[in-house]
Amino acid sequence: MTYTVEKAAMTRLPKDGLMDMAYRHRVLLSAVFLLVFPLLVPFKALAVNILIYGLYALGFNLLFGYLGLLSFGHSALFGAGSYACGILLVHYGMPWWAGLLLGTVAGGAMAGIIGMFAIRTSGIYFAMVTLALSQCVYYIFYQATGLTGGENGLRGVNVSDISIFGLHLYFVDPVTRYYVVAACVILALFFLSRILASPFGAVIEATRENEARARASGYDVRRVRLVTFILSGGFCGLAGALQAIHLSIVPIETMHYETSGLVVMMALLGGMGTFFGPFIGAAVFLLLENVVSLWTVHWQLFVGAVFVLCVLFFPRGIWGSVLHWVKK
Amino acid sequence: MWRAPLQGNSMAGLSLELIGLQLFAGLALGSVYVLLAIGLSLIFGMLTVVNFAHGAFFMLGAYVGLWLLSIGVNFWICLVAVPLIVGGFGLAVERVLIRPLYGRGIDYPLLLTFGLSYIIIELVRIVFGKSGYPVDTPALLQGAVDIGVGYFPLYRLFVMAVTGVILIGLWLFLERTSYGLIIRAGARDPQIVRVLGVNIARVWLMVFGLGCGIAGLGGLLAAPLQGVIPEMGGPILAEAFVVTVVGGMGSLLGAVLAGLLVGVVVSITSLFAPEMAKVAIFALMAVVLLIRPQGFFGRAGLMS
Amino acid sequence: MTDRMTISRRRLLGTAGVAVAMSPFSINIARAQEAKIKIGFPVPLTGPYGTEAEDQVRAAQVAIAEFNEAGGLNGRLAELLVRDDKLNPGEAATRAIELIENDKINFMVGSLSAAVQLAVNNVTKQRKVIFNSISQSDTINEVADFSPYTFHEALNPHMTAGAVGRYAFSKFGKKVVFLTADYAYGTEMVTGFREAGKAFNIEVLGDIRHPIGATDFSTLLPRIQAMKPDILCISNFGRDQQIALKQATDFGMKKQMKIIAPILLYTGRLAAGEAAFEGVIGGTSYYWGIENKIASAKAFNDRFRKMFGGKVPSDYGSLAYGGVKTLLMGAKNAGSVDPEKVIPAVEALKYDYYKGPQFYRKCDHQSVQSVFIIESKAAPKDNPADVFNIIATDEPAEANLRSCEALGHKA
Repeated sequence: MTYTVEKAAMTRLPKDGLMDMAYRHRVLLSAVFLLVFPLLVPFKALAVNILIYGLYALGFNLLFGYLGLLSFGHSALFGAGSYACGILLVHYGMPWWAGLLLGTVAGGAMAGIIGMFAIRTSGIYFAMVTLALSQCVYYIFYQATGLTGGENGLRGVNVSDISIFGLHLYFVDPVTRYYVVAACVILALFFLSRILASPFGAVIEATRENEARARASGYDVRRVRLVTFILSGGFCGLAGALQAIHLSIVPIETMHYETSGLVVMMALLGGMGTFFGPFIGAAVFLLLENVVSLWTVHWQLFVGAVFVLCVLFFPRGIWGSVLHWVKK
Repeated sequence: MWRAPLQGNSMAGLSLELIGLQLFAGLALGSVYVLLAIGLSLIFGMLTVVNFAHGAFFMLGAYVGLWLLSIGVNFWICLVAVPLIVGGFGLAVERVLIRPLYGRGIDYPLLLTFGLSYIIIELVRIVFGKSGYPVDTPALLQGAVDIGVGYFPLYRLFVMAVTGVILIGLWLFLERTSYGLIIRAGARDPQIVRVLGVNIARVWLMVFGLGCGIAGLGGLLAAPLQGVIPEMGGPILAEAFVVTVVGGMGSLLGAVLAGLLVGVVVSITSLFAPEMAKVAIFALMAVVLLIRPQGFFGRAGLMS
Repeated sequence: MTDRMTISRRRLLGTAGVAVAMSPFSINIARAQEAKIKIGFPVPLTGPYGTEAEDQVRAAQVAIAEFNEAGGLNGRLAELLVRDDKLNPGEAATRAIELIENDKINFMVGSLSAAVQLAVNNVTKQRKVIFNSISQSDTINEVADFSPYTFHEALNPHMTAGAVGRYAFSKFGKKVVFLTADYAYGTEMVTGFREAGKAFNIEVLGDIRHPIGATDFSTLLPRIQAMKPDILCISNFGRDQQIALKQATDFGMKKQMKIIAPILLYTGRLAAGEAAFEGVIGGTSYYWGIENKIASAKAFNDRFRKMFGGKVPSDYGSLAYGGVKTLLMGAKNAGSVDPEKVIPAVEALKYDYYKGPQFYRKCDHQSVQSVFIIESKAAPKDNPADVFNIIATDEPAEANLRSCEALGHKA
């Protein structure tokens, strides 16, 4: 299926040394690309949003694309990171890097809690359990107005002056903000790349391809699922934390199920189970929405049409289709 | 905000009549959920399509009704015309957009119908405008009647009755006609049905149209209760999904019982902690799924 | 039609010259255009409040046109940069950042939700850009969210609910039930009603919260009927309000109690029809019908009618007019767009632009203004816009606001 196309396209053509090299240095290549990326996007705040949603989609893809579990509750993981970072900065005066770190941890922890219940199910029921639990989480955060600001959202996640190893930066500056976020994203890409290349990465894919066989080979399938879910939560939590310091607010909409739906769409649009697909999906979605919504208030018509056309004619997603084409 | 004493105060007004009326209101509310959920469940059970555009069909039904009423068509004729028109549109959608996706897994129809709902909603905005419209309750059905425990709006009783008629009709159709037999067999094993020489594609087409038509009827019936607006399908779709999942995806009986149960859960929550009415149904879904992952009457292992 | 031009210019940028426009060279282009005073204007063009948002854009354009016709700021004209915030605080914050960083706007005006205005406010105050909010919130007045760059042209729930409460509690009875949307707007309204009710010794029989975005109230209404109040106070907004009023009417509740609401929306009344709103009493910041008594309202309405084919401005639309106009007049009086000079100039304004006398209170920049008490009615055949009767006016008074100390400001 489409899932392994990328690796196949890259690795099964050893004679094509260029492709092979590109595959091995994909993190480095993406770093170079992200360096020039803001020049291709209408405005920096949008470029930062694309990075954040790309990372969010990447975390989601680890679970859906690589492990094959469809979650409709990822907004709870994204939101947990966002709120953890925001609450720690606003109410406890923590530095920004602690917010990012603990936001990542919070995303993972939330995934652990939801995962404990949800991994007992699979298929469409897994999707529904995660949806239901994330709605309960949404409600808890909605009601905890003292900490979260409730429907008004959490304001005042203001990060202005930051210093990294003695280097003083003004975070409100758009260029600085972009590159700080980009650095975090590249770090996350590097981690993901290592996870996928590790033996555990192979176990994840083996579990997806044939659960029974993985179990017969001595792997604890439930544990593989839970650990993958937690890792996925960590990436989404980091994305959420980055959003909190980028926008300087945490809206309650971050936790809403539409935020879960959005990431499914982005990942599918870009190409499930491919390394870069989720990022490309996020970029195309947000760019399209931005450009078309400046042009007409009926932008949702175009967004809808793109999905329908994509499903009908490019079912592998954008990046998946590109890889498929390269392979041919 | 501390408001416990007030609630304690208001609890004093709780009487058996009120609880009875409340239960009844829950059943009436549940009957609207049922109309959406049986279509969703039918389509999922037969086609394994998770129809994210179901809310849009619901909304479309309300707007088609609005349009027919505005050109002078009688409400009673609308009750027949709207499901036919919306169902016809559903047929076209299945034939053109969904049929090419069979056999490609559950993600693709889901994504396609999600995109389709955006398109339908936006087209309605373009044609009818962004603001909503009021829809008057039909003259014959205005007012409230005494149901023993108190007065209840006549129109809501009518909605319950229509739901009952649809359910009985559907049950007779599925259980007593040869076509229904094919549908039930097709839900269990499409392969065998095909081998037996039945044109299963045609059955799927009809089922999709039927589900959408019932959703359209639901929209028409909801219009006098809440008016019409392009976004009206969103919240009810979420509720209908909960009902479908709690009842067990693909089970009609499950959809009916779960729909009524969800209605009652909402109404009883409304009595004691009204602000939790919305989350209560998701909490219910979480609890049911954790105890019985396939819902009340669902088949285990679907799509796993 | 300034915003149309802006949009088409952006469209050109978007299609033809993305690379050029977005490269570092575009800074020079931006500088060349700096002659214009740019006002960023995020409103929810898509979604359920799209009609209201379009009216906000129209009213803002009236203010821009008047300013430009009067010669601008020493010949420097103003333009409106409209953005769709999609009623989503995250999107609104992104758009606000874009407007400030990319379009280098001078002022921000807009929003149609409490959460969105607080999000935009957080972005603008961090970047020291003046923001005039044109939707209701009590929170934005409070010291934690307020900044010297924050202005609030809209009413706030305390003023609105207070005015309606003072009117209703003196006329319709003391036994009150609240039916309230469970979020800040609803809670703030109820607090306002309760504060106003103290003077009338009201008895609160019930305080029922419903989830925001509710489409069915049938499970709440029987209980309210059983409480037998004199007044049912429905504090929710937009579609929630329309459905609640419609279903309360269906349950026959209007015969048993008086229904009041803090705000009756003009566009909401048109969308929900006369039956649902019939006889309901509420407040508003503006209704076009005040033009018989207030000259500035007449002038504003006439200008609006002339520009937009005979339409009359809505309540929230008019706030956009006031919000844009005050900042532009402040800039004109200051002779500059420098925020540090414009802020004292706006603070010094004693203005009557469209609804009678107004001024911004120094401590929280809340516009002190009148609240109109209106009652919904069936529109006469010859004028479908004639949907409310004005039954009272709550005159502007600082005493109707929460005190500066209560908001956390130093006196």
